[in-house]
Amino acid sequence: MAQTVLKVENLHKSYGKVQVIKGINFEVKKGETKVIIGPSGSGKSTLLRCINQLDRIDKGQVWLEDLEITKSHIDINQIRASIGFVFQSFNLFTHLNALDNVRIGLMRVKRIKEEDATKIAIEELKRVGLGGKIHNYPAQLSGGQQQRVSIARALAMSPKLILFDEPTSALDPELIGEVLEVMINLAKEGVTMIVVTHEMGFARSVANDIIFIDYGTILEEGPPGEIFKKPKHKRTAKFLSKITQLEGEKAK
Amino acid sequence: MGSLISIELALAFLGLGFIVGIPLAVGEVYGNKFVKNLAVLPVVEFFRSIPALVLLFLFYFGASSLNLNFSPFMAALLAMGFRSAAYQSQIFRGAIKSIDTGQMQAARSIGMSKFKAIRYIILPQALRISIPSWSNEYACVLKDTSLVYALGITELMRQGRYIVARTFGNAILVYIICALIYFVIVHLGVKLLDFLEEKYKIPGYEIKKITTRA
Amino acid sequence: MNFFEFAWSISPKLLQGSLTSLELTALAISIGLILGIPLSLGRVYGNKIIYTLSTIYVEAFRGTPVLTQLFILYFGLPSIGIMFPPFTAAVIGLGLNSAAYQAEYFRGAIQAVKDGQMVAARSIGMSKIKAIRYIILPQMFRLVIPSWSNELILLLKASSIAYMIQVSELVSVGRQIASQNFRTFEVFLVIAFIYFVIVEILNRILHSIEGKIKIPGL
Repeated sequence: MAQTVLKVENLHKSYGKVQVIKGINFEVKKGETKVIIGPSGSGKSTLLRCINQLDRIDKGQVWLEDLEITKSHIDINQIRASIGFVFQSFNLFTHLNALDNVRIGLMRVKRIKEEDATKIAIEELKRVGLGGKIHNYPAQLSGGQQQRVSIARALAMSPKLILFDEPTSALDPELIGEVLEVMINLAKEGVTMIVVTHEMGFARSVANDIIFIDYGTILEEGPPGEIFKKPKHKRTAKFLSKITQLEGEKAK
Repeated sequence: MGSLISIELALAFLGLGFIVGIPLAVGEVYGNKFVKNLAVLPVVEFFRSIPALVLLFLFYFGASSLNLNFSPFMAALLAMGFRSAAYQSQIFRGAIKSIDTGQMQAARSIGMSKFKAIRYIILPQALRISIPSWSNEYACVLKDTSLVYALGITELMRQGRYIVARTFGNAILVYIICALIYFVIVHLGVKLLDFLEEKYKIPGYEIKKITTRA
Repeated sequence: MNFFEFAWSISPKLLQGSLTSLELTALAISIGLILGIPLSLGRVYGNKIIYTLSTIYVEAFRGTPVLTQLFILYFGLPSIGIMFPPFTAAVIGLGLNSAAYQAEYFRGAIQAVKDGQMVAARSIGMSKIKAIRYIILPQMFRLVIPSWSNELILLLKASSIAYMIQVSELVSVGRQIASQNFRTFEVFLVIAFIYFVIVEILNRILHSIEGKIKIPGL
């Protein structure tokens, strides 16, 4: 049986008086691609950021494999080096070229020698299709290329899983495809991923499991076939119909 | 020549200012409330609210009342150096704050500690952004070196005075020449900094200017 | 006498010195204002000649130390027959200097007024001068307040340099007192405190003025 890579238990988070996450539980197994969908403001991005503690958790536990990473004495930096994170706004280091962006974590956090770090970095950049752009700076790359570099940066750290926070939402439509392609390949290769997205096509074809979050709780969870064709809740159905309507219009 | 001393002084002041200014700026932006309000801000406010001349006298005469024997140069270095640190810290603070928060988040997300993130990601960018304002600070410090005249240090202005006294010469001419010399040194320095800005530019990235004092 | 008694005893004289400093500052900033606005207009709207002349002025005064400028006025001019008393020389020197800096602040503020404003003004038939007077300048004045407040404070501090040309402002008075009782460090501590307090008060006043005349959205 596949090993559990991530377990989230009874997660709660508020911003001031507003409770954004109200008790979320789920598990992710090795090699799984879990897709999280839901309306804006439902807490999807916050959930992701709570997992690697970029946002502070108010209540609840998170386990990475066998280690409870929400314990207070844990070195969160080490943990973050094992969890990859891809941001909606890419957040590439603007003063470094693509190669350096991917290398810097290896050299400064994992303390790998420059030679070896460079080899790994080039490999990952090739993996995302940017072998020819390693010396380019972020400002010289298109949005889609920047996001792919950011994926390479996450991959280079050999993480146990990668979190994708709406990776294509900030991209022009014609650039979304190249990023999704990379993500589909990663899923095929068995990378454990949690993806927050509005791209239903991706969810339908690649996800092993879909979680629908609304108002800070998991409303429904299940394989794509179930969720898309036979949603159990009205709100799920409503959300899906709105989204697929948009997609239908986009396709036109 | 007096001008060499002036340049030396300026560089010394700027250097001390830089070394002290960066920790001050980092402390102000990233420090907790205690560090920020009890250590950094009072220091910065003190050095910015009182005139340079008063500062010079304070350090020079204060030293003797504490039984330390400061040479005029030492007093000037400490007074003007820390003063420059206060101003430079504001320049760096502005630059650090203007960097997108995503940069810090991305750095933390690959496992960098706050310290590493500041050292490898934030500061390299902040320093580049600071160059235009910093060249402004250079100009100010260079002009302020004229004030150490009051402590008897032989920099350009005092040299000028000596020349006028010795040759009974055309005072106005001598001082206008002094002015010209300052002008040239200031502008050469600024050109050099502009050149450095070009050289270390991040390709494709626009830099916005911040001014904190005249 | 301990420090506080001492400080108290020298306060009256120091207060007089402060008044001189404030007078000096007020006069100089006014000169700077009166000269600065035309200079900035020259640098933004002027033709080649006006632009060049105003630029030379601004660059000259900003590129050289105030001390040097004061020396030229006070020690230099006598050698060609013009003699100014110390206070006058200081007012002129600091005023001319401030004009250059203020010109740059005004210029920055004018350029911060959106382009569309001038075009819109011309499009309803205003001449360039009318447009500047009724549309551009009113906005500029509000935009420039932070920098101008800064300049006022800077000028107050620069007034201490007038000590070097024998004006009886605060620092000068301080030195005189110190020469009589040799407690120089303490004298200057008090002086530093006085400057600190004046600067704080000015800052608060200017800040509240800024708040009162704010235009929403500007």
